[in-house]
Amino acid sequence: MKIKPGKFSDYAAIGFPAGMLTVFFVIPFGIMIAMSFFQRVQGAFYEPAFVFENYARFLSTFFAGILGFSVGLAALVAVVSVLLAFPFTYILTRMARQTQVVWLVFLLSVLSLSEVLIGFGWSTLLSRTAGITNLLVSLGIMDKPMSLSPSFGAVMTGMVYQTFPYTVLVLYPALSRLDPSLVEAARTLGSGPARSFLNVVVPALRNSIVSTLIMVFVFALGCYLLPQLLGKPSHWTLSVLITDQAIYQSNMPFAAAMAVFLVLVSLSLVAISLLYGKKENAG
Amino acid sequence: MVEMKKGISRRSVLAGIAGGSAVAMAGITGFPGILKAQEKSLKIGAYGGYFKDSFDKHIFPEFTKATGIAVESVAQPTGEAWLVQIEQAARAGKAPTDISMISQGMMQRGAAANLWAKLDAAKMPNVANVMPAYINKYADGSLCGVGAVTWYITLVSNTDVIKEAPTSWAELWKPERAEQLGLLALVSNSFLLDVTAKTHFGGQDILDTEEGISQVMDKLAEVKKNVQLWYRDEAQFEQALKSGEIPMGQYYHDVAGLAAADGHPVRSTFPKEGGINDSGSWAVSGKSEKIEMAHEFIDFMSQPEIQALLSRKVGTSPTVPRAKTDLTDAEFASVSSEIEPIIPRYDMYLQRADWLSQKWTELIVS
Repeated sequence: MKIKPGKFSDYAAIGFPAGMLTVFFVIPFGIMIAMSFFQRVQGAFYEPAFVFENYARFLSTFFAGILGFSVGLAALVAVVSVLLAFPFTYILTRMARQTQVVWLVFLLSVLSLSEVLIGFGWSTLLSRTAGITNLLVSLGIMDKPMSLSPSFGAVMTGMVYQTFPYTVLVLYPALSRLDPSLVEAARTLGSGPARSFLNVVVPALRNSIVSTLIMVFVFALGCYLLPQLLGKPSHWTLSVLITDQAIYQSNMPFAAAMAVFLVLVSLSLVAISLLYGKKENAG
Repeated sequence: MVEMKKGISRRSVLAGIAGGSAVAMAGITGFPGILKAQEKSLKIGAYGGYFKDSFDKHIFPEFTKATGIAVESVAQPTGEAWLVQIEQAARAGKAPTDISMISQGMMQRGAAANLWAKLDAAKMPNVANVMPAYINKYADGSLCGVGAVTWYITLVSNTDVIKEAPTSWAELWKPERAEQLGLLALVSNSFLLDVTAKTHFGGQDILDTEEGISQVMDKLAEVKKNVQLWYRDEAQFEQALKSGEIPMGQYYHDVAGLAAADGHPVRSTFPKEGGINDSGSWAVSGKSEKIEMAHEFIDFMSQPEIQALLSRKVGTSPTVPRAKTDLTDAEFASVSSEIEPIIPRYDMYLQRADWLSQKWTELIVS
């Protein structure tokens, strides 16, 4: 049974989060939108104005390509992370309490590593001189050590490594609340463990999976250090170019315009997937 | 090469760090000398890391001894990022430091936005020592920056992997360098357009026009397949160079010399076309309220003895003529070269900033 809030004071509880959201999200975002219309002064900085040239510059096949790559990369990272993390978390929730705690603490500690550490760590692990290929050579699997970074694979590895603990922690509550009797019923009716996992557990948690995908996608879209540290220039995401413009070219208006574009694209993708999810649920 | 800059060993840098923390401790415990000095103090920015540590240990204490003005040093990031911070602070009416060390391209950008305080040469007699090329002026002729140090970007290589020292920037184009190079990732800090023009087009005049620049970029595009790493972060390349993972590239002569002095298999070579000579100027933030003391500092730093001290202790090249210093041939050779340097076309980087950055990004990303 739901109680409908009637009086104004019933809404007071959400006042604090709403205020924080306004101060730390709405206002900065508003400033960014305003700045994206400012006039760039070449060789210096910018002046307040209302011009569209920052957006006009962005509308090119070059930036469309970069945007497409960034969105694709973030989506792929989200899918791979969830594919790995979902079965992992399912198995984890079926383990003894003690084991779960150890794993969760371990994952939290990975989450506390900065992007810089992860980037440098993986670039060493994937290097020719000190990397894992040396291990493969000593085991006789490879002829000579080779460099695996920078490459697309290295970027994917680094980003999935970064998002994996996050994905597990987001999925964990839903999976641990899952009623075990659902699986038991499936098993009693003769379905094997793999089949009951795919036919019962996965569909039952479809909404959690979709929302996790979205969260990881948005998280990965903002990643700008790992593509730089582990990728070739063709793997640089839009976030890398935004940083270049803001920090190195002092072109705040153009950086803001690109950032607004990136936010709009990710918001609309999120909206589409939520809408799709709603329809599914309704039907 | 291993001989060079024997004045700075890893030990002395570590000692510098220890010295810095001792000062911090004294500050916390309320050491009376520090408190007194706070009445007369300057906030001075220097590139963070080894560079700032050397300044803290060898240079700033000399200034405090001579003038009684305490120095609070601030680790600043590379030119571009720091300029944005100064600019944002100036919009808020603040100055993150009183004095900063600013590279040439950034000096001009800052001047275009009137970020720098106007300086009075009459209050700084020693500034007359500084070579005219290292003096920065506003369009109206007023002084806004004085050369602090100059440095070189040279051709560096790993001696274990590349046995013979390269002699020319043309080495970057050789097919046997495939996937062996580390180059700076931005048009405005790599100065590779200047290098390409001087190496393959007989000089930098070709950079006068857009067609000329496009020709140079086409030539530079041939290097792409040789590049393993386009770096923004110096540490990223330095690590790879030392290990031999990326055995050749462009890098700062002073830091490469430090690595060599530490025993790493690294050499820095002045190519026959010249090393890239960039310099940093002392500039006073327009919002600083300590302009008088800032004049004292810049005057102090422009003395030939201090310029020589910088060469010995920090590894930079002097901004005053060598004849005015007491640097020996060996000391001078370790920080500079007789080969005529490549001086970047700062005017081009400023006037065509956006066009260049767009073209450059397309060049290396595609």
